[in-house]
Amino acid sequence: MSITKRFWVSLILSLPMLANMLLMPFGWMLPGGAWTQLVLTTLIMLISARPFWQSAWASFTKHHANMDTLVAIGTATAYVYSLYAMLTGQAVFFESAAFVTTFVLLGQVFEERMRRNSANAVEKLANLQAKEAEVQRGDRFVKVPLADVQLGDVLRVKPGQKVPVDGVIVQGSSTIDESMVTGESLPVTKQVDDAVIGATQNGTGTFLFRATKIGENTMLAQIVELVKKAQNSHAPIQKLTDKVSDIFVPVVLSLAIATFLIWYVFLGASLANALIFAVSVVVIACPCALGLATPTALMVGTGRGAKMGILIKNGEVLEAVNDVKTVVFDKTGTITVGHPQVTDVIGDEARVLTLAASLEEASEHPLAAAILDRAQALALTVPAATNFHAIEGKGVQATVAGQTAVVGNHKLVADFALTEAMQRQVVALQDAAKTVVFVGLGDQIIGLIAIQDVPKSTSREAIADLKARGLKTVMLTGDNQRVATAVAQQVGIDQVIADVLPGDKADHVRQLQQTGKVAFVGDGINDAPALTTADVGIAMGSGTDIAIDAGGIVLVKNDLRDVDRALALSRKTFNRIKLNLFWAFIYNVLGIPVAAGVFYAIGLTLSPELAGLAMAFSSLSVVTSSVLLNRAKIRTKVRTTA
Amino acid sequence: MIKIFVLLGGLLAIGFIFWWFFGQHTTQTVAAAVSGERQRVDVEVNGGYSPERIVLKQGVPAELHFTRKDASSCLDRVVFSDFGINQELPQNQERVIQIDTSRPGDYQWACGMDMFHGQLIIK
Repeated sequence: MSITKRFWVSLILSLPMLANMLLMPFGWMLPGGAWTQLVLTTLIMLISARPFWQSAWASFTKHHANMDTLVAIGTATAYVYSLYAMLTGQAVFFESAAFVTTFVLLGQVFEERMRRNSANAVEKLANLQAKEAEVQRGDRFVKVPLADVQLGDVLRVKPGQKVPVDGVIVQGSSTIDESMVTGESLPVTKQVDDAVIGATQNGTGTFLFRATKIGENTMLAQIVELVKKAQNSHAPIQKLTDKVSDIFVPVVLSLAIATFLIWYVFLGASLANALIFAVSVVVIACPCALGLATPTALMVGTGRGAKMGILIKNGEVLEAVNDVKTVVFDKTGTITVGHPQVTDVIGDEARVLTLAASLEEASEHPLAAAILDRAQALALTVPAATNFHAIEGKGVQATVAGQTAVVGNHKLVADFALTEAMQRQVVALQDAAKTVVFVGLGDQIIGLIAIQDVPKSTSREAIADLKARGLKTVMLTGDNQRVATAVAQQVGIDQVIADVLPGDKADHVRQLQQTGKVAFVGDGINDAPALTTADVGIAMGSGTDIAIDAGGIVLVKNDLRDVDRALALSRKTFNRIKLNLFWAFIYNVLGIPVAAGVFYAIGLTLSPELAGLAMAFSSLSVVTSSVLLNRAKIRTKVRTTA
Repeated sequence: MIKIFVLLGGLLAIGFIFWWFFGQHTTQTVAAAVSGERQRVDVEVNGGYSPERIVLKQGVPAELHFTRKDASSCLDRVVFSDFGINQELPQNQERVIQIDTSRPGDYQWACGMDMFHGQLIIK
């Protein structure tokens, strides 16, 4: 029989006794008196309370005790004593056994519902997936179930449809709402060669894409897997409750017996009163609230994070975030865009870029890519160059339209004439930490191209948010001091550690750890050791798989502002765990003495019925408080407006 | 006189509780039966888990068949936190849990409220 049914049976059979209790002062008595109570309570015991006894007994034979043990012993004591009292013609308290059963079941009914609510974040995520896909077979598109999509298939997505799997667009363009996976609220424009994510919502365009990841390799599947693991992970703070729960029930039973002995043997209370105190002690102690405090909050907190595009991997991370004092950033790809861009062109822009592009076309140097990107963006027609040859350590030379052209670094300048004005500009650009490329034609330098890995537009705000939270911000980079300082100034970082060899990042993190816990934010393969070393590793979602594996928190959206949100959410969740544990403990620490009659002298006592109600509400309140975490405001702007 | 007997009885009961629940009692350990390419263990859930300690062979895909006999909501889920598994166990229905045995070690499992525990050893 389900818990809900057992509850209803118990409630309906208890009602006459409740009426009896409430109406007694007005002279109304339950017809049949104690006999009616006996019949009603016996039915409740047989139908609603029996599973408690079965479970308690099964546990007992395995040397375990749980909450069912307490309920079973509490109700059985009240019931058996009442039978004895009836036989000897004394006052009975059948209703205590009946009410306690009803209240405990009420608590369990609610609790079951709430627990289901807190667990469904993952199901919702998994249900985002499209059910079928339109796959190209020959020259037609056919609808197939999602499971039949093969790697490399070309799929069609029409307006308003869901993207079935991860892939790359091969034809067409559209805007896609990726909020369900990345948490990014604005639709993103996608063109040929852009990556699309399965389970995201296509806007108004139709496009074809090639499946690059299917099944459990898709981003959504991996997120679901991560969240599942996180939700069921252990937070270190739980070790405390693990210990307590092991000894809790036997200790409470012993306390109850002691309560009875003290009242009956030493204080001379009547058998009935002494028993009532003992039963109250047994009933109010609720190990469930303790056990539920951490897992439910963890479940809701990590589930909510997933919706925001912040994947918190486990409870340990959550707890570590609480004490973080320093946030260390990798520069390239984390604070900056990650690939150099042309920021300034001195001289005739079109002419300088055209010439530079024709010389760099065959090059794979990252600076060359920046120049070619810019030339493409300006739709310049680039003439072909011939007679390439590299000038060792300086640049490249070639023949363009019959003239000798060169592109290279400052070492080229020695062979060329440079105007005074240009010389000044070179210094100014270099002071701004930009790499300057010289473009020469004939024996003249005709222009300069300044290239820099620019900070992401959100970096400055992200770092200001963290500083407002009172955290120290540090940038770790392999770049030279001047470039690093310039970027740091642009985004407002406190401290710069430059010229760091890739292998030394973890060492620097270790040094910073001496002054407090450190969070490291990075994305590259070379960041993995630092991500692991740091107390909290935060991997950018655009990063390499290795970095994502090494990080404790993954930011799907690749937005640096999420670092602050992740910290805020983790803190909120951890504080909620602490609050839950506090309440769960308080219930018992205060409840048990009151139930034992310690405050009898000042008239404060707890009947078994009230104890049952309090117990039901303790676990209920803990689960409710966890579920409310879904509504809690995640404050990111700690900055005051002043 | 009666009170002295009650007192003695009560103290004995407390003593029994401590001995019964905190004393050293052997836990039931079961090694998985390997048949061909897989290994399986049946776990009965009734006031705890029997067996409570399971030994699995490393590298052989393992199935744990959980059947909950107990009506208690305490035991209606089984959680393997190291494997990210949180499986609902409807009463009297067998549920199969696949365990990845690639990494040896000692793992814990627990009920949904972390009250009952079991131990999983992969070696």
